[in-house]
Amino acid sequence: MHLHVSRRQALALGAGALAAAGLGAAPALAKNDSDELIKKFAGGTEPVKGKVKLDVPEIAENGNTVPMTVSVDSPMTEQSYVTDLMVVADANPRGGVVTFRFSPASGIAEANTRIRLAETQNVVAVAKMSDGSVFMDTKLVKVTIGGCGG
Amino acid sequence: MADVKPRIRLDKKTAQKGDIVEVKTLVSHVMESGQRKDSAGNAIPRKIINKFTVDLNGKPLFAADIEPAISANPYMQFKFKAQESGTLTFTWIDDDGSKITAQEKITVS
Repeated sequence: MHLHVSRRQALALGAGALAAAGLGAAPALAKNDSDELIKKFAGGTEPVKGKVKLDVPEIAENGNTVPMTVSVDSPMTEQSYVTDLMVVADANPRGGVVTFRFSPASGIAEANTRIRLAETQNVVAVAKMSDGSVFMDTKLVKVTIGGCGG
Repeated sequence: MADVKPRIRLDKKTAQKGDIVEVKTLVSHVMESGQRKDSAGNAIPRKIINKFTVDLNGKPLFAADIEPAISANPYMQFKFKAQESGTLTFTWIDDDGSKITAQEKITVS
């Protein structure tokens, strides 16, 4: 972690972020608090892509109820297990969707629920392991009819 | 809230030790997000189930902290590895503090 970021470094970082966004490969900046939620959840650890599998439809016709399955590749023993699994959506009025809490007693880290998506956006699943490491997966869901009323 | 009867289904009620048991739950609830407005333009206050917990013999097995982005009539499905016989206790907690609870037995041989 860089605690001291000079103006030059800050500019370089900003330019890099813009370039990445411009390529369209990286998701654009979130419209809500989802980035902060992930940062807070990860507790200073940079989430690494992998281990987490987020299963959502590519196209959701009805944003009011979008089926979602998340699973994490983990032995789920006392020594190594998934403690928490947070799901956020980056263009809903609020970023938080759900946080699953697992224990070694679960034996398997998998959950399924139905979520609301207001518009086409990225859904991000972030898993925190018992050893403090953090993994993530991101999927873009195209929403035909938004699901937050209004 | 006491009249709400949640629906719970275990894919097996008797399992061998180490089997994966799939649990599906559904409870009737409006899950009012707090984002909607009524016909007069007034915001409809938020009213959701904000927590769902599952204990096996009093020990936490699975839980979910729920935000308004979960659909009405929240459906929760999860799996666990059968280790011991006992009682699964399911609890849904409403924003107003009321609770819906249900129990299921599982036998592990």
